[in-house]
Amino acid sequence: MKELSRLALVLTIIAAAAGLILSLVEGVTRAPIAEVRRQETLKALRAVLPPIDNAPDADNVALLLGKDRKGRDLLRTFYRGKLEGKLAGIAFKVVAPDGYSGNIEIMVGVDPEGRVVGIEILTHAETPGLGSKITAPVFKDQFRGKGLDDVDWRVKKDGGSFDQITGATVSPRAVVQAVKIGLEFFREHRAQIVDSKGSAE
Amino acid sequence: MNLVREFSKGIWRENAVFKLVLGMCPTLAVTTSAENGLGMGLATTFVLLCSNAAIALLRGVIPAKVRIPAFIVIIASFVTVVQLCMEAYVYDLYKALGIFIPLIVVNCLILGRAEAFASKNPLLPSLADGLGMGLGFTLSLFVLGAVRELFGSGAILGFSLFGGGYIPFLLLILPPGAFISLGLLLAGMNRFEASRR
Repeated sequence: MKELSRLALVLTIIAAAAGLILSLVEGVTRAPIAEVRRQETLKALRAVLPPIDNAPDADNVALLLGKDRKGRDLLRTFYRGKLEGKLAGIAFKVVAPDGYSGNIEIMVGVDPEGRVVGIEILTHAETPGLGSKITAPVFKDQFRGKGLDDVDWRVKKDGGSFDQITGATVSPRAVVQAVKIGLEFFREHRAQIVDSKGSAE
Repeated sequence: MNLVREFSKGIWRENAVFKLVLGMCPTLAVTTSAENGLGMGLATTFVLLCSNAAIALLRGVIPAKVRIPAFIVIIASFVTVVQLCMEAYVYDLYKALGIFIPLIVVNCLILGRAEAFASKNPLLPSLADGLGMGLGFTLSLFVLGAVRELFGSGAILGFSLFGGGYIPFLLLILPPGAFISLGLLLAGMNRFEASRR
């Protein structure tokens, strides 16, 4: 019995010390981590929006997308970029669930008429050297200036307008489809997104 | 205690990947490029150094019967510290390695060194052992990643070597390629050793 309590005591002390160290480190790194995450979002927003002079991450509208499996609300945030007070572009994040491995998160920037200004792949786990080429400018630049009605939103292999990548059709197909669905959602809710007062005002 | 010998054994004679065949999960999973292998190896080396040091210092205190849970708590704590610090201060590296960092906890190389070496030796030899084992692991991952990247996508560290005409041998980048490359490298090493004898 005496030995048992010693074992429990030593383990408890080690676990408590580990917990203490972790909470200290977490406290020290919390602010820098929040800041780099915010910078990361801003960087992606600037990459997909036309030139702007406001902070689009602060000027946003969140719309209800649907419910997830647990019945919680799924929101999509629309970031509004403005130049001299006038709406210049809107950016939003879409997720392609049908990539080769895992979800592909894409930031899409559109002008107020709903034509793509630019897209940026935020996270993906596609095969390096194959599907990972969706991050290459030559692929992403195809989307520039295209609206829902301008082109056929499929890859060329499926009879559409977008070049797939040699050896990897699944990843580009997933990206094209996700951007298309995002544009459709934007068109349906355009009035709400453009006219809403948003959180900044 | 010969510190140099404790250090150098991890590089070749008791190399974690090619001789002890430990830590196969990260070895096979992350070596799709030389850069990934290098980053994973260095992060593992850091955790291994810290955990070996902590366990060598605490070796008189931890009762043998609960040593495994104690080691796991210590290792997991260092991994989390590394993850938080990398995310806060070297974000670009964190983005490249982010998904692999939690994998370090389950790397049996680290638990293996804690159990086989640090729990029986004082601080300095344990540090030398951790550094040597870690660098040997890093080197192996780098070589394996370089081979797979070179033939699988025709580049090293992202620089294209063979020009546009090269058709990559894609299989090597895919999971089966990890096993095939590792097997061929192991065979090559064994052949080399046998010829020296």
